[in-house]
This record gives sequence, structure tokens and C-alpha cells, in this order.
Amino acid sequence: MLGYFVQRLAQAVVVVFAMSIIVFVGVYAIGNPIDVLIDPGATQEIRAKLIAQYGLDQPLWRQYLTFLSNVAQGDMGTSMVYNIPVVDLVFSRLPATLELVFVSVLIATGIGIPAGLYAGYRPGSYGAKAIMALSVLGFSVPTFWIGMLLIMAFAVNLGVLPSGGRGDLGSFLGMPTSLATLDGWSHVIMPAVNLSLFKMGLMIRLTRAGMVEAMRTDYVKFARAQGLTDRQIVFSHVLRNISIPIVTVFGLELGSTLAFAVVTESVFTWPGVGKLIIDSILQLDRPVMVTYLVMVVILFVLINLTVDLIYARLDPRVRLKGGA
Amino acid sequence: MMPDVSIDRDRLSPDGVTAATASGAPVQTRAARLRAFWGDFCRAPVAVVSLVVIILLAVVSFGAPWVSPQDPYDMAALDWLDAFLKPGTVGAGGYTHWLGTDNVGRDMLSAIFYGLRTSFVIGISAGVLALALGICVGLSAAYVGGRLESLLMRIVDLQLSMPAILLALVLVAMLGQGVGQIILALVVAQYAYFARTTHGAATVERGKDYIEAARSTPLPARRVVFRHLLPNVLPPLIVVATVQVASAIALEATLSFLGVGLPLTEPSLGSLISNGFKYIHTDRTWLSIYPGVFLMITVVAINLVGDQVRHVLDPRNQR
Repeated sequence: MLGYFVQRLAQAVVVVFAMSIIVFVGVYAIGNPIDVLIDPGATQEIRAKLIAQYGLDQPLWRQYLTFLSNVAQGDMGTSMVYNIPVVDLVFSRLPATLELVFVSVLIATGIGIPAGLYAGYRPGSYGAKAIMALSVLGFSVPTFWIGMLLIMAFAVNLGVLPSGGRGDLGSFLGMPTSLATLDGWSHVIMPAVNLSLFKMGLMIRLTRAGMVEAMRTDYVKFARAQGLTDRQIVFSHVLRNISIPIVTVFGLELGSTLAFAVVTESVFTWPGVGKLIIDSILQLDRPVMVTYLVMVVILFVLINLTVDLIYARLDPRVRLKGGA
Repeated sequence: MMPDVSIDRDRLSPDGVTAATASGAPVQTRAARLRAFWGDFCRAPVAVVSLVVIILLAVVSFGAPWVSPQDPYDMAALDWLDAFLKPGTVGAGGYTHWLGTDNVGRDMLSAIFYGLRTSFVIGISAGVLALALGICVGLSAAYVGGRLESLLMRIVDLQLSMPAILLALVLVAMLGQGVGQIILALVVAQYAYFARTTHGAATVERGKDYIEAARSTPLPARRVVFRHLLPNVLPPLIVVATVQVASAIALEATLSFLGVGLPLTEPSLGSLISNGFKYIHTDRTWLSIYPGVFLMITVVAINLVGDQVRHVLDPRNQR
């Protein structure tokens, strides 16, 4: 297990390095930020001075090395638009995104897994069909359009929920959060539902597929023959056997929920990191883009690593085979 | 050389074996298999309706220049006096704007037909190209194995560790706006799913006896991979492909909505919705609702067809 762990960790570090180079080169290829930053009428001298100040006159590899050595000192650069350190900027936006993702994951699993179990347990029933139809909708209709419909229905027509923003912030364990106030909850509920729909659809389908498959297996027949009730069979045998794919997808999807927050945050003007990255792409704010993307890569690598390790723990065949 | 091999080799696949020996029936021809597939597919009325809807949408979108009342690309045909007409109003052109007009007097129905065409072109090209790339990567990884497998699957993992929407977002920002650029971004963002699926299925098949048997014959590796391995890997891929075409259409719409996809002068469903979103707090809801409805119908219909295809192809559901 330790050997496997070390091997996977080394791979993860290599991946982060490779991705940081790709991200850096990729972001470098997106236009010249100076053109966006300064007024087109500015003199050549001011232009040259600014370019030198941001180090944009240096060759790419030297910019990357400077970036790396700065990162090693905990400095991810300064936002060209907000003019404050990127680390501060991102961390000031992070809690908003995290609470949004947290609530939506809670909604998705809390509803998705039981609904999927039911749909798999009684595949022919009307309830199951309704659940599956809803999951197809949640799965396939683009997030931003559902978000828009939610705004039209609950904010514009009914006027019961606010259409955007975070609302009043309370404090929980020293962290400002919307989840501590009622007004905050009224702001978070619509974007959270919007963000959860895709994941919920996925959870329903995954759980149902596993359930349907498991109910046909011999061990369920034998468990029935043994006289166990369906409840015992589902919760102590089936659930355990179908948990591996659910855990995997849950882990992987946790990250993409963060990524999809980009869309939901834009629709609901939720002041999180997703809105920040869209704004910085549109304004060519390079340091913010690089920082955000590198952070996302690290996050995903960590999620993958964790899922792999849990996998290895749950299924001995994985770790015997090695890291291939 | 063994001349008989050429007769027997293609019956080494499990289908061939059951068809020829177990059931006693003759080996099914491709046409018969296709007919059986179609028969099974038609068992779900929802899927058939979805297929009809997709065909209808394809006809009106690819025939947009002939069926739509106005050419939304032609700025000269637009009349500012026609701006923000309600659905059903007759405009300066003398015809009814069934779905209303937008802020520059563009007929929404025409814009939607043209937009749908853009969405279809992008979704299908991206899906097909990603499928081809993914099959190549997945099959070579699974068949060759060893170091190549580790390397290719590492790269695929690397890609999968970035969600498609983010990857596409960054790529489109890098490549610039345009149909070609979006297709390229979507292919890069999506091929990894195909590669993963191909690799997964092929790794399972690789260990089976019929592949072992095919490998022991003097057939070239290419033939074993494409005649024996690929057909048995294909069913899950077809399902992934339909889902990915739908998600490519949705992704493009999302990118355009976020402002990095296609500009409004080249209407796609996403840019139309994005334009309508600006008026969400007014009563001009038709600007965002109708393109959205078309987008939703398209994506859901493709997914429903994909669902039924999956159901039919699943060997456990076969009679």
C-alpha cells in the first residue's frame, strides 16, 4: 500500500508540473494584456515601461522560471485588473464558491442516491419512470438555461427569491458565509439547486444502473433464499457492492461541480472564483487565470489521487496490479 | 500459411460462435442484424418520437436558407423599426414573426433555424472527430500495452482531470472566436472520454479467449484490432458518442452564453440565449425562452435516442 501511495504521489507531482507549463504557455498565447490594460492613446514610453514592469519583455521560459520562483515564495503575482495580490483575490472569492458547491452536492446526493435506489429497485413503476425522466432532463438540459428559467420563474415572475448576489453574510467559525443567515440561504438556494441538477441526474442514473445490475446477481438470489428481507439485501449487500463506481464518480464530479460553478455563478452573479475566472478571461488578466487554472489542476490531481487510494483500499486487485 | 483460417477467423467473435453453433441458426448477415436492432429500437415510442424530432430539426436547420423567412446574416434585410416585435406580429417585411424579433429586428424563428444549423455542425463534427481520435488512442493503448499504455492513459487522465467546460473555455479563449476554433476546442476537451471508454472495454475484451485465439492465428495485428476487437468495443462507444454530440451542442451554447463562443453576428443557440438574457428583467422573455426551448429539445432528444440505443445494445437486455 505504501509503495502504491508513493508511486501515485510522484505521478501526481509530475502531472501538476506538466500542467503548470501547459497552462502557462496556453495563457501566454492569449493576446497581449497590455493592449487591454492601457488606453490606446498612451505614449510608447508608458507602454514600454508597463511591459517591463510586468516582465512581458522577457522570453517565455524566463517568465515561467520567474513565475515558479515567485510561487515557491507564495507569490502568485498581482492581478492586472484589481491590482491586488492574486492569492488574496482568489481566497476572498473561494468561500462563496465552496458554500455553493457544498449545498449543491448535499442536494444532489441527498436526493439522487435514494431516488436512484428506488428507480433501480422498482424499474417498471411509474415513480421510477418519472425519476428517470427527470434525471434525463437534469443531465442533458444546459445548466445556464435552467438557471435562467429559475430566475424568470422565482425572481421575475413570483418575486420570492433574489436573482443574484450572496445576500447578508453571517459568520461561521470565523469565515463569512451566506449559510449563517436566512437572507443568505434565500440567495444560495436557487444557484445551488441549479448547480446540483446535473450531478443529481448522474447520481440517479449511476445508482439505478448499479442497483438493476446487482438485483440480477446470484448473491442477491442467495440472500433472498436465505430469507433476508429486501431492505437488508439492499442496504447491507447491494449498496456496498455498487458503492465503488458511486464513490469514484462522486469524487471526480466534486471537481467538475466546482468547474460548472463557473456557469452557475455567471448566471446568478454569484461572487465566487468561477465568476472571477470568466471576468479575467474576458479582461485577459493573466496572473489570475494562471493561478486559478493551476489551483484547479492541483485540486483535480488531489481528487484523483484520493479516489485512486480509496479504490485501492476497497478493491485489492487494483493495488496488486500496480499503478498501470 | 493455413488457407482455412480465412474462412473461420471471423467466426471467432462471440456473436459468431453463438449464432453458428449455440442456436443452430445461420450466421446473421449485417442487414439482418441491423433490422433486428431497428426492431428493438422501435420498442420504445419515446425514442422513436425523439428520432423523428431530431430528423425534423435537422431538416429545418440544414434547410434554413429555404424554410426561414429571413436571412439573419444579411444585415441589409434587417429593419430597426422591427425591433422587439412580440411573437405573432406582422413586421415591415409583410410576414408574421411567429417567435417575435430581437433588439435589431432579426426574426427569431429564422435566427433559431440558422443557429440550430451552427449547433448541429459543431456538435456532430466535434463528436465524430473526438470519437475517431479517442478510438485510436484507446485501442492502441489497450492492444499494445506496456509503456505506451501507461503514457497514453496518463495523458488521458490528465485531460479528464480537467472538466470539459473549463478546458474548452480556456482553449476557446486561446484560439479565438469561430466555428473551427470551437470544434477544435471541443474535440480536445472530449476525446478523452472516448479514449477512456475504448480503453476500458478493450482491456476487458483483450483478456478474452477469442482475442487470444485470433492472435494465435497469423493475422496481422491491424486485422485483429479492427475486425475482432473494435466491433466488440463499439457498443459502449456508440452510446458515449450520442451523449457527447449532445453535450458538445450544450457546451458550445454554454461557451457562447459566457461570451467566449460565437459572436451574435453568427447566431448559434447559445449566443441567441445570451442576447436574450440581457432582457430577462423585462417582459421580452421570448428572446431567451424560444432559442432555449429549441436547444433543450435538441439535446434531450439526442440523449433519449442514445439511451434507447444503449438499452438495445446491452447484451443483458437481448432476448
